[in-house]
Amino acid sequence: MDKNPATAERRKERLDRGIKVRTEGIYAISSWQEMCYLVLPRLILILGILLLPFMMPSLYWNRVISIVGIYGLLALGFDFLAHYVGLVSLGGSLFIGVGGYLAAVLNKSFGLSPLFTIPIATLGGAIICTLLILPALPLRGVYFAIVTLMYPLVLFRIIEALNILGGTDGILGVASFPNPWVEQYLILVIVIIALFGLRRLVNEDIGLVFRGVKDNDQAVKASGLSITYYKAIAVFITSALGCFGGAFFVHIYMVAGISLFALDYSVIPIAATVIGGGGTLVGPLLGCFILVPISELLRAFGTLRIVFYSVILLAFIMFRSEGVMVYAQRKYHQFERWVKV
Amino acid sequence: MDILIYGIINSVSLALMAIGFTLVYGISRLPNFAHGALYVITGFLVWSLIHLLKLNYVLSIVLALLIMGLLGAAIYRFVLIRVRGMATSEIIATYALGLAILEFLRWGGFKGMTYTLPVFIEGSVNIGGIPVDLQRIIVITIGVVVVAFMWLFTHFNKTGLALRGMAQDEHAAMMLGIDSDWMAVVAMGMGSMLAGIAAIALLPLGNIVVEAGYNVLVLSIAVCIVGGLGSWVGAILAAFMIGFLQIITVAYIQSHFHMVVAILAIIITLILKPSGFFGKQKELEERV
Repeated sequence: MDKNPATAERRKERLDRGIKVRTEGIYAISSWQEMCYLVLPRLILILGILLLPFMMPSLYWNRVISIVGIYGLLALGFDFLAHYVGLVSLGGSLFIGVGGYLAAVLNKSFGLSPLFTIPIATLGGAIICTLLILPALPLRGVYFAIVTLMYPLVLFRIIEALNILGGTDGILGVASFPNPWVEQYLILVIVIIALFGLRRLVNEDIGLVFRGVKDNDQAVKASGLSITYYKAIAVFITSALGCFGGAFFVHIYMVAGISLFALDYSVIPIAATVIGGGGTLVGPLLGCFILVPISELLRAFGTLRIVFYSVILLAFIMFRSEGVMVYAQRKYHQFERWVKV
Repeated sequence: MDILIYGIINSVSLALMAIGFTLVYGISRLPNFAHGALYVITGFLVWSLIHLLKLNYVLSIVLALLIMGLLGAAIYRFVLIRVRGMATSEIIATYALGLAILEFLRWGGFKGMTYTLPVFIEGSVNIGGIPVDLQRIIVITIGVVVVAFMWLFTHFNKTGLALRGMAQDEHAAMMLGIDSDWMAVVAMGMGSMLAGIAAIALLPLGNIVVEAGYNVLVLSIAVCIVGGLGSWVGAILAAFMIGFLQIITVAYIQSHFHMVVAILAIIITLILKPSGFFGKQKELEERV
């Protein structure tokens, strides 16, 4: 009950716009206006991302955009896995680390160019990560989260202890991209493909099964489908995105070190998802576009920036757990008005 | 012989670190990822009270523990109560909180010099030809006292019994008139105090560093998971298992594998038997 006397007699009514037919994602379009209503947000997003490199003041900021892209891929993967398959993975840095080291080794030891190392590291890394996570797939909730959180930590310590793969110094002198534009557009195009590809995927039949696994795995089992198989596919997709990010990262910074397993890659995507709005897929990407540049601006404050985004994350999860994008979509798709009770 | 002695000391330290984490998780099903941060913050508090306010050692310890208890209760009452029951949000919220505390201390608290707490009593004794300093003996004593106290508290005190009731079946406990939110506040306050006691016992053995926060968290999770969540006896047995494993690894393989052992123990236990080797609760709920 609303205790405030001024608003006690009224409530907020929300109505869907007439263009929406019965359910999410099906629309009846009868004019250019309505077409624009649907196409414009997507167009603005795609054009915005593609034009972004031209709007940056310096090469430094172009580099920041590449980093945003890497975090964006991780965040997309996290959102997909958490909200469509029901697996909360805290191991973003596992994917980055495996993909990164694989690309670096392929480049340094076998002399392959980035043209080959990136695809091989993406697929190979995804297979390795999926195999690592495979035994943990029957686990639920917190347990799966803890296992995925521990994997990067253990790999970090093992590389440090055995002094393999360059030990604490890392693998230096990895080949870089031929020019900054290739680097920039490669990541941005991949991000766009990943975003729209995942959106398509979750609405296909297999997406339905994924959501079934999340909501009621016993029902999926009863339908004669293997839950582990579908979970493995989802983990494979997510880790492919992450491993691509890792391979790309190694090639732009020309070094693969144990910092690839740093907690940043696990924490920032989650923060971006919470801020952007979980379950929308676009939200986490926007979250990255907000968080990562802010974090770069605050670089002068040292570790205080980690405090800063932890506090933002905490505030969002306590007070606005739906996130920016869910809020924005609601405002865009619905009328709101006050009506008398 | 030294493996036996240092194994016991290491195991008791692990048990001390983990008991607060187990308490909070066992009672309110809340994985407190800020546990390591609470551990480090206690060390920092005691150090500040001694060196900035010039209080004596015993008084600052008592004061720091009280502050920790209140802090833990406040964290639950004002932050975690809002995300209660949403497993993912609980992890993210406690983890963000822990990260914020630790990184804030790294930025504003610990820089320049090294920070240490004085040992309680100087000197060492010989046990079977191995010199062991008195602080380590005190750690064992504190460990035994804390475990004994917790056992007595949860078996013969009304609040303690209520806490156990909550741990076993929250709904039934609520029907019997146990206020579950209040109990969770108490649990969280006690959990923070236990983290504080662990810090006060163990920190004089080395420097106070921020990284300890992350290590303590990993070790507590390891003990808690290997032992079985919510199982006290299990947690203590697990502390001894991991403690001895660590010492044996350090003695025979390499000291770098100290933490690897704990992390691998977590992964392997979760994969083989997610309810832990001694846990009996909720065996069916964790696996598909």
